[in-house]
Amino acid sequence: MRRLAAIVLILSAAVGPLPAAADAIGDAVRGETLFRQHCSACHQIGPGATNRVGPRLTGIFGRRAGSLEDFSYSKAMTRMGRDGLTWTLETLTAYVENPRALVSGTRMNYRGMADPEARSALLAYLREYSDKPQNIPEAEPTAVRTDHDLDPAILALKGDPDYGEYLSSECTTCHQADGSDQGIPSITGWPTEDFVVAMHAYKRQLRPHPVMQMMAGRLSNDEIAALAAFFAALDPAR
Amino acid sequence: MTLNRRLFLGGVAAGSALLSAPMVLGQAKPRVVVIGGGAGGATIARYLAKDSKGALDVTLIEANPIYTTCFFSNLYLGGFRDFESLQHGYDKIAAGGVTVITDMATAVDRAAKTVTLAGGQTLGYDRLVLSPGIDFKEGSVAGWSLADAEVMPHAYKAGPQTQLLKRQIEAMPQGGTFAMVAPPNPYRCPPGPYERISMVAWWLKQHNPTAKILLIDPKDKYSKQALFEEGWQKHYPGMVERIGPDMGGNAVEVRPASMEVVIDGEAEKVDVCNVIPGQMAGKIAALAGVTADSGWAPVHPDSMKSKTDDNIWVLGDSSAQGDMPKSGFSANSQAKIAAMAIRGDLLGAKVFPAKYANTCWSLIAADDGVKVGAAYEPTPEKIASVQSFISQTGEDAALRKATYEESLGWYAGITADIFG
Repeated sequence: MRRLAAIVLILSAAVGPLPAAADAIGDAVRGETLFRQHCSACHQIGPGATNRVGPRLTGIFGRRAGSLEDFSYSKAMTRMGRDGLTWTLETLTAYVENPRALVSGTRMNYRGMADPEARSALLAYLREYSDKPQNIPEAEPTAVRTDHDLDPAILALKGDPDYGEYLSSECTTCHQADGSDQGIPSITGWPTEDFVVAMHAYKRQLRPHPVMQMMAGRLSNDEIAALAAFFAALDPAR
Repeated sequence: MTLNRRLFLGGVAAGSALLSAPMVLGQAKPRVVVIGGGAGGATIARYLAKDSKGALDVTLIEANPIYTTCFFSNLYLGGFRDFESLQHGYDKIAAGGVTVITDMATAVDRAAKTVTLAGGQTLGYDRLVLSPGIDFKEGSVAGWSLADAEVMPHAYKAGPQTQLLKRQIEAMPQGGTFAMVAPPNPYRCPPGPYERISMVAWWLKQHNPTAKILLIDPKDKYSKQALFEEGWQKHYPGMVERIGPDMGGNAVEVRPASMEVVIDGEAEKVDVCNVIPGQMAGKIAALAGVTADSGWAPVHPDSMKSKTDDNIWVLGDSSAQGDMPKSGFSANSQAKIAAMAIRGDLLGAKVFPAKYANTCWSLIAADDGVKVGAAYEPTPEKIASVQSFISQTGEDAALRKATYEESLGWYAGITADIFG
């Protein structure tokens, strides 16, 4: 009975729709099969992989396009790399879907993979052979990030301070709950509107700080409202 | 008395299992025992006591009465912090309602749900949290064992080892050689060895400018590599030589008796040799039987609960969770998710979706700070990186100074969050 009550509480918590968890890129096991069918005639991947007709794909995530010194690329690919094209989940997805749409003069003689699920599976497999964020934290993400839509009535949202208190534990890793300010600003006792406006400015990447862009970027509108409600009630002089 | 109490609690546990409800209120409080008082363990003990408002009986077991943070200990080597500034006591955690026991856990009996301490005490638990950090793999560096750490320190658990390494650096002859054997992946604090190189170089540049640094590295690549290499070139030109795996950096032997390192069959005499060996979960995790062949303890990505035992949680460096680097920030972030999950489990508290984060700041020289960070969320398989950022090469001095000052603020913030 008590547990039932707890479950009802969770479901009815006034925080709106809960954000979906991140998605893994795709089914890497299926991706291995796809790699053998579609790619392995020209590309190798894994420890000891070498260049063949196409460049080796070990470490492709996070690599600048056309940047392997021991491979002779098309002029088009070299130029794209010089212009800043780096292989990420997004750019590789676009390339695998339609190589010539992204790099018009590429020598890769492949018409493209139309099925999004198959593309994700293939990329999940390729991702296995690049740097791991655990070892090299700046390595490319291994999951698809969840985006939240901006609501026009953001400022009108009433935040749930209980949810805000839970979310705030992420803030207090850097911002001190007692309001002290030592290189990282105090965020206690702000008017809720200022707080919400500032957080959305980070979320939309108008304010430049990368840690805050990252933190705010994945907070939903309700979550920002909840945090604003919680921190507004914290008395800095407590 | 102890036996009676345990029998009584066993009865309660069985009863509540039949009712399939959390521990019934009005009976004895559910007991949570936390092993390890670092960034993971101290955080979760403090949060469990704080957020359960007395409804949980929380015990923290830590071998050291005063904790020395590994994070920022390189800044002590560089002369930017004094040793005392890295030290934190458990007074505030105890004042928050946690029973703090200064002792070493030596055994976990998962069937009986008990923890045995070196001092002989046995503690029962309803939920156990393991946050024991790292231990070193024997045989990881040829010629080196833990017994040699007094001659060739690892200084990778902060404390007397860090002080020993600093004394050795200060005692180097002019023009001498500092060698570091860097660890293989995965290990605690991916940028840590390279920040240490930077801090040693900074100190030597002021006090021993003709000294050399030899970095022997088994890895092809490492964290923030472009930033460190740019910084070494700028601040310490010609001082740091890195020997990667292509030059024999993956097959080094050390000889503590003669202070030699042997690379590719060639012995070289050095004045200081900092050996950071390969790593595994703190030993108690293996003793509890929750580690995999990798040496780390697999956990569920949405809660940090062990995949082996539903009554055990594993935090921080010891856990095998996926993409998060082994860092104090990660452990602190994971501890809050785990605290919420355990309160949900034992008290029926609200459980919100898990979000994890990490940022690692590193200091390259005075006022030259850099950072790397990412956001993480659970997928069915692992904790996965969803977004990341890193400082750029060529940033201006004002931004680097601001980054360093931010790191000072972070240290003050996270230590207040961990230790109260």
